Amino acid sequence: MPQVANIAVSILFDGLAYAMFLFITSVGLSVTMGLMGFVNLAHGAFAMAGGYVVVTLTRSFGVEFIPSLVVASVVVGAVSVVFERWLYRRLYKSTDLEQVLLTIGLAFMAIATATYFYGPIPKSVPLPGWLQGDVNLGFRYFPSYRAFLIVLGTALIAVLWYVFERTNIGAKIRAAVDNRRMAESVGINVDRLFTLTFAIGSGLAALGGGLAIQLFGLSPSFAVLYLVLFLIVVAVGGLGSLKGTLLAALVLGVFDTAGKYLLADAGGFFVYAVTVAVLLIKPAGFYGRE
Amino acid sequence: MAASDIITTTSRGQARERTAEYLVGRHRFRPAEALPWLIAIAVFFIFPERMTFGSQVLVMAMFALSLDLILGYAGIVTLGHAAFFGVGAYTVGLAAARLQWAEPISGLFAAAITAGLVGFITGWFLLRYRGLTLLMLTLATAIMLQETGNLRSDISGGYDGLPGLAFKPLLGIFDYDLYGRAYYLYVLAVLAVVFYFVRRIVYSPFGQALTGIRENVRRMHAIGSPVHRRLVTVYTIAAAIAGVAGALFTQTNAYVTLTVFDFDNSAKVMVMLILGGTGRLYGAFIGATVYMVLEDYFSKLSPTFWQFGIGLVLVLAVLFARRGVLGLFESVGKYVAERKRS
Repeated sequence: MPQVANIAVSILFDGLAYAMFLFITSVGLSVTMGLMGFVNLAHGAFAMAGGYVVVTLTRSFGVEFIPSLVVASVVVGAVSVVFERWLYRRLYKSTDLEQVLLTIGLAFMAIATATYFYGPIPKSVPLPGWLQGDVNLGFRYFPSYRAFLIVLGTALIAVLWYVFERTNIGAKIRAAVDNRRMAESVGINVDRLFTLTFAIGSGLAALGGGLAIQLFGLSPSFAVLYLVLFLIVVAVGGLGSLKGTLLAALVLGVFDTAGKYLLADAGGFFVYAVTVAVLLIKPAGFYGRE
Repeated sequence: MAASDIITTTSRGQARERTAEYLVGRHRFRPAEALPWLIAIAVFFIFPERMTFGSQVLVMAMFALSLDLILGYAGIVTLGHAAFFGVGAYTVGLAAARLQWAEPISGLFAAAITAGLVGFITGWFLLRYRGLTLLMLTLATAIMLQETGNLRSDISGGYDGLPGLAFKPLLGIFDYDLYGRAYYLYVLAVLAVVFYFVRRIVYSPFGQALTGIRENVRRMHAIGSPVHRRLVTVYTIAAAIAGVAGALFTQTNAYVTLTVFDFDNSAKVMVMLILGGTGRLYGAFIGATVYMVLEDYFSKLSPTFWQFGIGLVLVLAVLFARRGVLGLFESVGKYVAERKRS
């Protein structure tokens, strides 16, 4: 295969895998922010917590990688409910600033706790044999782990799309994002709906955190380092929009990968340039309401 | 002005006079305001060997003061204020390292101008947005500046920074001594000038308009206030002050690295301001001092413990003391006064 096409395919493939990670981790944040307008800077901390649960299960208890991912998302999802009921709900009517401060405080505490128990050195995770090495897709080899990410991401998108567009609960969520007061007055319990979506969103973030270990390694600073990217995906996609979050994850994932392939020195510059360009033209993001 | 005064005032002219008096009286210097400055001078004599640390506290106080202007008074929530601090820091750093322009005081003016310019340009574009969009755009601005610096590491020195900068003696007389005593007084003097300037702004009609924008932007639009122009103006001023703080940071440390643009730096100054109390000028001083002293003490014991502690303090502050340390004092003062009356 010619060199240029080869690089283009690599960029698309890696970009797609990266986009799946971004989507899985950010989608919960987008829906909860759309529902309550709550700026949750501790979302990255939930992802980090998921990652460390996976590390503990695989390293200390010898659990397989895939089951530990499931356990991590369930555990973190359940724990997040405690935070939501206890702390977050007190601030739904507060200003952006107070929400930013509370959640950044939680993120700091999470980072410190993780450093205390796991140390600052990045952790890795043992993968099952079928996720290591490369997979042959007919015309060339691709890393198996990234192929797995793309398949898993696509499956999750299908499930989320079905739940969002075709089920009763999805209709309720969309109604509440569109107009919270109206949804409440027709008898939808938005409070409970929010707790549910918050738990699912945090669980997905934990799943994303577990998946990210193999890609970037897991250190306590994960909670803040990648948070910026999740927030950018949410802002560029538009609050509470599944479609928007997916589109934003794809655009940013591919642009970031292309930037790192073609102009390694420029680093993260491209992501931010794209973000600024999109937000200047469409301040509410791709599918957000102005 | 107590409530009874309003009731007894019958004629309209009298009422207007009283209001004018009240407004003028508000920005008269109170004796208590001398206290932080006296403490700062006392510190100079009590801890002569800790003057480098002292200068850093003053620099952060100035940085927090500039944030107070836009966050506390105009209500602009930003996550990228470190951008201007960094621009100022690199203006004097690059001037000294690459252009051999090492005169400190003129460096401050240069830093104010470049940072103010960056503030004006970005503010012009960004201040039309609010909420999450604004948070993300300000954050992205700071990171893009950092990445630009990293891209041209042949000029900026990259993440290794510009070490060992040599600045000329202050006013041609006072050289950089071992404990940075001359620099402490220099930073304190600059802070006093900046503070006087900020104080004038806050109590001016322009400052009142900013408070109006913070409290109810729709009403300000409705009464015909040029909201965008006011916001861009104050953003530019705050950027210039943050630039001066950054320049002083470089001058007192004699080095600068790209970490000045970090998100951590933006978050840190916000935490300081919130701890001290927003929208009340001296909150910046108290917040910066409390934060820096605690950090200095606890991070020596254990950086992890410190980070957990500052997180906990933030959570508790949001839940129980939303107006910062100064706000807490005020509440206690009010409570005591009420108890006395009854």
